[in-house]
Amino acid sequence: MVRSEIIRDIAPILRDQLVVCNIGLPSQELHMIDDQASNFYMLGTMGLSSSIGLGLALAQDKTVISIDGDGSVLTNFGTLPTIANNVADNFILLIVDNGSYGSTGDQPTYAGQKTSLAAVAKACGCETVIECQAEETGAVLKAAIESQKMTVIVSKCESGNIKVPVITKDPAVIRDRFMTEVARRNA
Amino acid sequence: MIDAVEKEPSIYHIPSNKEDEGMGLCAGAFMGGKRPAIIMQNTAIGVTVNTLVTLTQFYRMPLPMLISYRGELKEPVACQVEMAVHTKALLNLLNIPTYHFHKSGDEEELDAILKYTFMCNKPVAILTDATFWGGY
Ligand SMILES: Cc1ncc(C[n+]2csc(CCOP(=O)(O)OP(=O)(O)O)c2C)c(N)n1
Ligand SMILES: [Mg+2]
Repeated sequence: MVRSEIIRDIAPILRDQLVVCNIGLPSQELHMIDDQASNFYMLGTMGLSSSIGLGLALAQDKTVISIDGDGSVLTNFGTLPTIANNVADNFILLIVDNGSYGSTGDQPTYAGQKTSLAAVAKACGCETVIECQAEETGAVLKAAIESQKMTVIVSKCESGNIKVPVITKDPAVIRDRFMTEVARRNA
Repeated sequence: MIDAVEKEPSIYHIPSNKEDEGMGLCAGAFMGGKRPAIIMQNTAIGVTVNTLVTLTQFYRMPLPMLISYRGELKEPVACQVEMAVHTKALLNLLNIPTYHFHKSGDEEELDAILKYTFMCNKPVAILTDATFWGGY
């Protein structure tokens, strides 16, 4: 399974939650597969999906899922101790670990070699860390939402990309639509 | 200042490991309905240019940046001057409204600056130098 197949699989679960989606192909795939006002698409700023998601989770009550990438977590490793020490039980970090910088052409990352992101997350103090195979992602994600415990999921999948259109929505429109939906769901 | 922030019950303080990480947290908090701000040093301008332009400015979000302006008068560490000489130039280049607290009393403008920041939805820099905070 590649990332786009995981996103297709979990889209029916995601639409009921607030989602912060990582830069590049993950956002484009989610946008193509199931565009929702409850999705915040990152168009830049590699590395901050987890930080934006944690900030949002701490600021309001609804469950927030940050879809992140192995390469992006590697570029902002500092996020893991911050997450561990600022527990938000409405926060789920879903790291799609395809072992590559997929969006720029699948250059290999260290996560696909010796470095275990799940082990790093645990070492940083994250209490609930689940590594799973791509096929199990939906079930693991569902259980994490129901558990109401802050959870880091590392979903191991194959690298590879599909053809997908870019997002042409204006960023301020994406942000405004998302904020309106966040406020509506919290009303 | 961090002590004061920690003591203030209406402020939720999250220490972050890198300044761009802090800006990501602020972006999320803003979208969740809060009024975020970041406390950092001017050296951080060097590491946050990408985040300031691709997140804060691109999505038109407000962000007051309360900045310790190292490398100004009274600075004991020569290396800090190297970033100080670029600080205002970079902020200017990024079209970031910039205020400079140099003398005691300058802080009286803080409330107006915060209102301005959340009115115009931009990152805004507040540089506070050692003459202002009486450092070293
Ligand atoms: C500072 C910075 N460096 C590099 C890039 C280019 N870039 C955008 S997405 C990406 C790969 C992200 O990889 P990963 O987080 O693993 O996500 P994947 O695309 O594999 O799902 C890279 C290198 C960037 N946007 N910013
Ligand atoms: Mg990847």
